[in-house]
Amino acid sequence: MPPSDTGIDKRSLIIRRAARELRDGFYVNLGIGMPTLVANYVPAGMEVVLQSENGMLGIGPFPPAGTEDSDLINASKETVTELPGTSFFSSADSFAMIRGGHIDLSILGAMEVDQEGNLANWMVPGKVVKGMGGAMDLVASARRVIVAMEHTTKTGESKLLKKCTLPITGLKVVDTVITELGFFRLTPQGLLLVELAPGATVEQVRASTAADLQIAQGIITWPN
Amino acid sequence: MVASSAEAVADIPNGATLMLGGFGLCGIPENLIAALVSRGVKDLHTISNNMGVDGFGMGLMLDAGMIASHIGSYVGENKLLEQLVIAGKLQVTLIPQGTLAERIRAGGAGIPAFYTPAGFGTVVAEGKESREFDGKHYIMERWLKADFALIKAWKGDRHGNLVYRKTARNFNPMMATAARITIAEVEELVEPGDLPPDSIMTPGIYVNRILKGEQYQHRIERLTVSRMHGGAGGSACVFAPTPNPESRPL
Repeated sequence: MPPSDTGIDKRSLIIRRAARELRDGFYVNLGIGMPTLVANYVPAGMEVVLQSENGMLGIGPFPPAGTEDSDLINASKETVTELPGTSFFSSADSFAMIRGGHIDLSILGAMEVDQEGNLANWMVPGKVVKGMGGAMDLVASARRVIVAMEHTTKTGESKLLKKCTLPITGLKVVDTVITELGFFRLTPQGLLLVELAPGATVEQVRASTAADLQIAQGIITWPN
Repeated sequence: MVASSAEAVADIPNGATLMLGGFGLCGIPENLIAALVSRGVKDLHTISNNMGVDGFGMGLMLDAGMIASHIGSYVGENKLLEQLVIAGKLQVTLIPQGTLAERIRAGGAGIPAFYTPAGFGTVVAEGKESREFDGKHYIMERWLKADFALIKAWKGDRHGNLVYRKTARNFNPMMATAARITIAEVEELVEPGDLPPDSIMTPGIYVNRILKGEQYQHRIERLTVSRMHGGAGGSACVFAPTPNPESRPL
């Protein structure tokens, strides 16, 4: 079955594949938007601790209506809950654990990724700049940075480029890119297509990708 | 100990540099902000992660035209701020959130500069010294200090010992250490000895003035609640955001 053109199906494919990169015991920071939804696909029986850079380890689900607490929010400023084992700490402690390399995995969205592993996701020149928040700290220091994004822009342009055109968030920081077409790794030789999404073909990925693309030997299609 | 927010901020002059605690609307010194707005102080240089929202928190200071410059990491919640920046009436410097937190911590800890990997190779690094340590690149960042820090805690005593609640801690503990005068507003003012010494998060040495905040609105910036989920799998509740027109993914 070819991937659907609807954004929701694309996002679901990406999110579910990204969730398979979680490992038991991981401390994970999920970026705003689509990456947040990875939390819904933590495999049964696996324990993953979610970090929120405003000062919390062990983010629970959104609260039942009526029990929300204005002192208990995530980095998107959404109300959340505690779990058994949750801890709170200051922003300095939070970023010390981020910069110190204690976060196993950071999954975040992007506007552009290039074949050198540069990431752009914080500003578009000419538009009002809102700020980078914690993104630059996270990508500079997480043990592994996965970008989960749609393969192309709304107008169909590749988001995987030879060279980022937007101001970058981090230099050579991306380890893995997951899109609705494939699973890519950034290697010393460049961007490597390792797995195809269900229904996608190598030709389709080539046609949709502006970056120079290496194809892994024995490439597989990830099971849906 | 001071009796009111108005008394606590009475000597903050025009042109002062202020740190204001909080992340979004969580843990902001809302009573001290209201008192400052009432006084109508001008040309303030503010340091705070965010800038409130239109009509609340630091958004009130923007409305009143009190801020000349701001250092923060994310200011996406203010339409007025956009207009002021475009009109050249407000200078905003955006820096990585961890760098902001550490610059403030460094200011309070007597560390004039430090190296961080955040922002290397980006516009943040422009004009800054960079160095390689053990094969990785870092940029040098300077400490941040202020004339006044306005912070918010959950409980405090007259020695200035403070306890914060949940994610309302955020930038407050570092800011408490990095200003010449630190003013703390608390929801509950208790007697010395009521706070277990092991639980104190900011020791009173850092706090110059403390007061019980007059009123707390407990504002929520993005209300998200769970929908119970009947499907198979580990989790019973869904993290998917509830429909919320205010919610705006990056």
